Amino acid sequence: MENQNKITFSRRSFIRTSALASGGILIGFNFFTSCKEAAVPPVDVSQLNFNDFNAFIKIADNGYVTIFSPNPEIGQGVKTSMPMIIAEELDVPWEHVSVEQGALDTNNFTRQVAGGSQSIRFGWNALRETGATAKQMLVNAAAAKWGIEASSCSASNGVITSPTGETLGYGDVVNDAAQLEVPENVTLKATKDYKIIGKDAVNVDIDKIITGEPLFGLDYKAEGMKYVSVMRPPAFGQKVSSFDDTNAKSINGVSDVVQFGDKIAVLASNTWAAMKGKKALDVQWTNDGTLESTADHDKKLNAILDGNQLDIRREDGNVKKAFAEADQVLERTYESPFLPHNCMEPMNFYANVTADKVHLVGPIQTPAGTARRIANLIDRDEKDIHLEMTRMGGGFGRRLYGDFALEAAEISNITKQAVKVVFSREDDMAAGIYRPAIKYRIAASLKDGKVTGYHLKEAAINNNMYGLIPHFFPAGAIDNYKVETGNYRSNITTGAWRAPYTNFLAYAEQSFFDELAELLEVDAVQLRLDLLKNVKDGQDPDIQYSAKRMTDTIKLAAEKSNWGKTREGVYQGFAAYYSHNTHVAEVVDITLKNGYPSVEKVTVAVDCGIVVNPTGAKNQVEGGVIDGIGHAMYGDFSFDKGKPQDVNFNTYRLIRMRETPTVHTYFVENDLSPTGLGEPGLPPAGGALANAIKAATGQLLLKQPFMSVLKKYEANLKV
Amino acid sequence: MASYNLKVNGKSVNINVDDDTPLLWVLRDELNLVGTKFGCGIAQCGACTVHLDGVAVRSCSLPVSSLEGANITTIEGLAKDELHPVQEAWKELDVPQCGYCQAGQMMTASSFLKDNPNPSNEDIRNAMNGNLCRCASYNRIEKAVALAAKKMS
Ligand code: FES
Ligand code: FES
Repeated sequence: MENQNKITFSRRSFIRTSALASGGILIGFNFFTSCKEAAVPPVDVSQLNFNDFNAFIKIADNGYVTIFSPNPEIGQGVKTSMPMIIAEELDVPWEHVSVEQGALDTNNFTRQVAGGSQSIRFGWNALRETGATAKQMLVNAAAAKWGIEASSCSASNGVITSPTGETLGYGDVVNDAAQLEVPENVTLKATKDYKIIGKDAVNVDIDKIITGEPLFGLDYKAEGMKYVSVMRPPAFGQKVSSFDDTNAKSINGVSDVVQFGDKIAVLASNTWAAMKGKKALDVQWTNDGTLESTADHDKKLNAILDGNQLDIRREDGNVKKAFAEADQVLERTYESPFLPHNCMEPMNFYANVTADKVHLVGPIQTPAGTARRIANLIDRDEKDIHLEMTRMGGGFGRRLYGDFALEAAEISNITKQAVKVVFSREDDMAAGIYRPAIKYRIAASLKDGKVTGYHLKEAAINNNMYGLIPHFFPAGAIDNYKVETGNYRSNITTGAWRAPYTNFLAYAEQSFFDELAELLEVDAVQLRLDLLKNVKDGQDPDIQYSAKRMTDTIKLAAEKSNWGKTREGVYQGFAAYYSHNTHVAEVVDITLKNGYPSVEKVTVAVDCGIVVNPTGAKNQVEGGVIDGIGHAMYGDFSFDKGKPQDVNFNTYRLIRMRETPTVHTYFVENDLSPTGLGEPGLPPAGGALANAIKAATGQLLLKQPFMSVLKKYEANLKV
Repeated sequence: MASYNLKVNGKSVNINVDDDTPLLWVLRDELNLVGTKFGCGIAQCGACTVHLDGVAVRSCSLPVSSLEGANITTIEGLAKDELHPVQEAWKELDVPQCGYCQAGQMMTASSFLKDNPNPSNEDIRNAMNGNLCRCASYNRIEKAVALAAKKMS
C-alpha cells in the first residue's frame, strides 16, 4: 500500500504557467509525462494548445477557476471527479469551479483513454500535486506582497491568510503568482482535511443533459456536411460482388453512392434519406471465407476444453496429484454467448478530409491511437489530424475501436466532402466488435473437508484472458492450482466488453464455489473467508488482490445484506470478485413469483480506496451491477452462417426497469488511493444471481443467458 | 417532398421533407433540435420520446405526414420559465450516467406524471418500462420520478 504523500513527480517538468492577457493565470500541466522543454501555456485561453499540455487550470482575477478536463467522458464521471481532486488541493470552493472539456488534440497524449476503469487511479497523484502546486504559488505571491515568509501563511476556500489575520483572495494575487517560479516542494493534504473529495458533486454536465443541449457525437453538425449510411456485409465472411444503386440514387436527398473496400456508403442531405438509400441498394454478396454458426463455435470450444493444446497461464503445486488423491472431485463447464455492446448512442463519426487538414469529431475512447490509424489509412501526416472528442452515449469498450471513425475518414477522403457516418441500431448490432463466446471448465479436488486442487480451463474465441487475470482469486488460496487457456480464431470481430473476461469468469467461478460450499457443508460466505486465510498479502507479485481487503469487503456485504437471516420467501446468493484493482462483494435477494425469480435487491460492498465523488461512484456501481444482472439473465446473441440473429431491441433483450433490483452500495472506509469503478461492480453480479436462483429453485445455471433455462418459468408469470 | 406545418415548443415551423420522414429526423436534422435522441428507430427504446399534444410518443416511428398541424414538445421545450420538476428531480438525484437516454426518460416521466400525480412505485416502474437505459440508471430514474411527483403536488 502506498504512502499518500509520496512525491512522485518533479513538478517543474510537468507544470508551466503564464499570465493571461485578460488577467489571471493559466497553468498548463501534463498527466504521466513531462511536457516539452520549450512548452509555454498561451496567454489567451482561446488558444489552448493540447499538444504541449493535456490539461489546463485557469484562475481568473475574480478567483473563479476553470479546469479544462483532459479525459473523455463515457458516463463514468471522470469529468467531474478528476477536477474535484484538483479543486481539493487547490482549496477552492467547488461552487467556484467550472469544468470544460478541452477541444482535444491528440498528438501528445499518453493515457487519454477512457477504459479499464483506470482514469482515476492513474490521475490521482498528478492531479493532487497540480492542485497543491497552484495553491503554493498563490500563497507565495501573497506572502511576497505582505513581505513575510510563505510558510507562515495558510490558504483555504480560495482565501490566503497571514499570521496576523490579513486576508487576500486567490483572485487578488493571481497576476503576481503568474510571474513566480513553479515551486518545487509542496505538501499534500491529509485525508482527514478533505472538503471536496468524499462529498457528493453532481455531474458537471447535468444542466446540459437535462435541457437537451448538443453534447454527443450524434449531435455534432458542420455546415454542408453529408449524412452517411454504410452498407456492410450482412454476414461475417462475405464481401460485395456487385451492386446496383439506381433505386438508392432516386431517393430525394441522396447525392452519392461510393464503394470502399467491402462496404458501400450512401451520402445524403439528411439521416433519413441516407438510411433509406442504403435500404434501396441492391447488392450481391459472395462468400469470402467460412460462414460460421454458433453451433460450430460450440463444437470448437468443446474440442479445446477436451484436448491438450492449452497454454498454462499459472501453475502452483501439483494439480494432477491433488486430483488423484482426492476424496471427491467436482467438475463443471460454463458457457456464455457473444455479446454486442449496444451503447445507447449508436456509433457515429464526423470527418472532413481537406488538402491542409483532417478534421475529425466524435465519441471515441482511444483518440490518439485512432488518429494514428487514420493517418496511416489515408496516407497523411499525423500532424494534419485534428481529432475532437465529444461526450459519449455509453462506451462499454465498444468505442475503444475506431472502425467507425476510420470509415468516416475514408469516405471523406474519397468523396472530398465533409461527412458524418451514422450507424442505425441494426448496423451497430450487426457490425459489432463483440464480447467473444467463452467456455470455462472448472474442476476442484476435495480431501478431508478441504479444497486441495483447482483446475480452470478457458476456451475462447480469438483471444484469452490477459494480464494478471490468471492470478486473481482463488490463485494463492489453493495449494495446487492451474489455469490454462486456448482459443479458436474466428472471422467474427471481437474485443473488450465492460470488464473483459472477468464479466463471465467471475460468474463461472463464483457459481462453482457455491457448489463447493454445499459439498463441503459450509456456508458459502464462510468458504470464501476460509480460503482467503490461506493467502499472504504481498508474497506473490502477480497476486494483486488483497486477502485483507477482500475479507473486509465480504464481511461488510454479509453484514449489510443480513446474510443468512432474511425473511421467509427471500433467497440469497453471494459472490465476491477482485478486478480493476477494486474489491467487490455482492448479495442478491430474490423472491419467486409463480416459480419465476424476481430479483429484488442487491447489496454491494466495495473497496475502491478513497471515494472521490460518492454520488458518481454509486451511480457506477449501480449501473455495473444491473448491467451484470441484465446480461446474465437476457443477453443472447448467436450467428447463423456468419449472420447475427438479432439486430435490434425487438428481439435482443436488455434489462428494463420492471426487472431491475434495488441496489444498495456500501463503501469500505479507508484512506488508500482510489481505484476504478466503471467495471468492477459487474463481474460478481451474475454469479450472485445464479447462486440465489439455485438457492430458491435448486436449478443449476451453467449457461448464460439464464433465460435459456428460465423461460419456462417466465411463461407461468403471464397466466 | 411536401411542405408541412408543425408547432414545436410553441413555435410554428414549416418544413419541406419527404412524407415518410419520421418526426425524429425532422427535429434533429431539419430543426436542429438534437436533444431528442435516436436509439433504435423501431419504437423499442424510448430515446426519441417527445410529447404530441402533451402525450408521450415515439418520434422515430411517427411519419411527419401524420402530423400536419400537430403540437410537439421536445426536451428543449420542457422547461418553461424554470426547469420542469422532472428536470429538477433529475438534477437533484444526479440521475444520468452517459446521459444519452435521459431526454427520452424525462419526456416519458413528465407526460406520465401529468395523468398520475400520485404514482405508486409499481406505477412508476410500469410507466418507465418502455425506456431503455443501457447504463442502467434505473434505480435513480425511479427515485427521480417519485421526487418529481412530490415536487408537483
Ligand atoms: S429511437 Fe424511437 S424508440 Fe428507440
Ligand atoms: S444514462 Fe446512459 S443510456 Fe441511460
